[in-house]
Amino acid sequence: MSILVYTENWDGKFKKLSYELVSFAAAIAKELESSVTAISIGNVSEEELKSLGNYGANKVLNLVDDKYNSLDNKALSSAIGSASIEECSKVVLFANNNLGKAVAPRVSVKLNAGFVSGVTALPVNYDPFVVKKKVFTGKATANVKFNTDVKVITFSQNSYEVVETGNNVIIEAFNPAVGEGDFTTVVKDTNKVTGQVLLSDAEIVVAGGRGMKSGDNWSGLEELATLLGAGLACSRPVSDEGWRSHSEHVGQTGKIIAPNLYFAFGISGAIQHLGGVSSSKVIVAVNKDADAPIFEASDYGIVGDVNIVIPKLIEGLQELKT
Amino acid sequence: MNILVLISNVPDTTTKIRFVGDNTAFDDIGIQWIINPWDELALTRAMELKEAGEIEKITVANVGTKATEPTLRKALAVGADEAIRINAEANDAYFVAKQLAEVASDYDIILAGIEASDYNGSAVGGMLAEILDFNSVSAVSGLNIEDGELIVNREIDGGVQILTIGAPVVCIVQKGIAKEPRIPAMRGIMMARKKPLNVVDPVTVEDRTSFESFELPPPKAACIMVEEDNAQDLITLLHEEAKVI
Repeated sequence: MSILVYTENWDGKFKKLSYELVSFAAAIAKELESSVTAISIGNVSEEELKSLGNYGANKVLNLVDDKYNSLDNKALSSAIGSASIEECSKVVLFANNNLGKAVAPRVSVKLNAGFVSGVTALPVNYDPFVVKKKVFTGKATANVKFNTDVKVITFSQNSYEVVETGNNVIIEAFNPAVGEGDFTTVVKDTNKVTGQVLLSDAEIVVAGGRGMKSGDNWSGLEELATLLGAGLACSRPVSDEGWRSHSEHVGQTGKIIAPNLYFAFGISGAIQHLGGVSSSKVIVAVNKDADAPIFEASDYGIVGDVNIVIPKLIEGLQELKT
Repeated sequence: MNILVLISNVPDTTTKIRFVGDNTAFDDIGIQWIINPWDELALTRAMELKEAGEIEKITVANVGTKATEPTLRKALAVGADEAIRINAEANDAYFVAKQLAEVASDYDIILAGIEASDYNGSAVGGMLAEILDFNSVSAVSGLNIEDGELIVNREIDGGVQILTIGAPVVCIVQKGIAKEPRIPAMRGIMMARKKPLNVVDPVTVEDRTSFESFELPPPKAACIMVEEDNAQDLITLLHEEAKVI
């Protein structure tokens, strides 16, 4: 019996979140005196698969079949479900990202397992199996107990440190039987935004709100983001007004992010916005209104004009780099 | 084609969250209830498709006690044709999905919000698809029907895919599925009273998970303020003290 981890790949590569997930799995496996099996679906090099061993994977099930490229949810669930059954897994882990959340609930039904999404730490208890997750869009935390033998979990990004352990990892070809009605998803077109730091991956995020006054006033933020290697984000009114793309909107109804550092420029701090960023490790707010609610949620703050502050921050960063 | 829109009854997004029973349950006294924001957008898209002649009937369904009926009436006021309430408390996602499965198998398209703003489960849509053996697609930011074919916009990391998928399907929708939620007009509110709201008995299902207890976050330490004139000091603090740059 092993802990099964679905390690998604992006053009054949894993990301930091993949290694966080495997590290997390390894910690649980240690407690349960079990092992970690990763399941990879796609064209991933042997070297890249072996890297999972550095973070605690003992085995990798390698499923190579272009049919899965469409990310058909039914087919993916079928494959991962088969792997779980073969491995007699009691715990099945996914990342708490779009694909993880799409597939994991299906897998949980296949396995007669309980399902909890957005888990943020190692289990609070193993018998009964209890995990923590955020509820009310970040306003509270809940302890959730599984009433089932098998548990399916999606685990939040940036909630667990990667731990290098170094394992000899076995790579095994995996070819599960495919259902007749699977693979009805057909991708017709893909529009990718290139050359930008993805918000979902960004360790630092620079965000602007209505206090920036205009979409034409973003160059300072862009420069700051470039210097920091940060992703760019905005509050809802900014994307609703069309100043910035909807893909940058962070908040309760936009993206929920948890970077190490979040800058909020000209953002008042409405509850719905905070719901999207409250899991950030450090929050910095710059706003000319000293009473803006954002300051109650921030770790560092400047009451001032963004047009004066941003150039100073850029100068400060340039000095730091030298 | 017929559409089923799943509706969750959730507290208004500005609600101050409190717990009772020694932190074992959400304090729902005096709460303003609303349609879960993503479900509201899903319903709006369904209405747009109906007005374009692509959909014949919109049914909304909820698992809840009588307390959820005002929210179902709001959905009828927006324009749904009928509502179904499965009379049970919604304590566990699998329980909810199993209940919905009893009334959902005849639809071509089921729309589910990507999560509910109370417990953020992100579960029911996917579970329902698996129980019914339907196809599913998630992070759906657009849905069109052309010549009986479903064209879906799906958000992926750093972009959007346009894809087709076979019905019957559960589309798990997010921001973008509709621009803004539709507000019911007076006429809609009047008509809602006459539209059918059928109450159905639940089937026996075990809860696969249980919410044991809740915690509010510890109070945040006071924000460390830096003067505008010395804004660059912030960089030093972030580098040396917070160690995040």
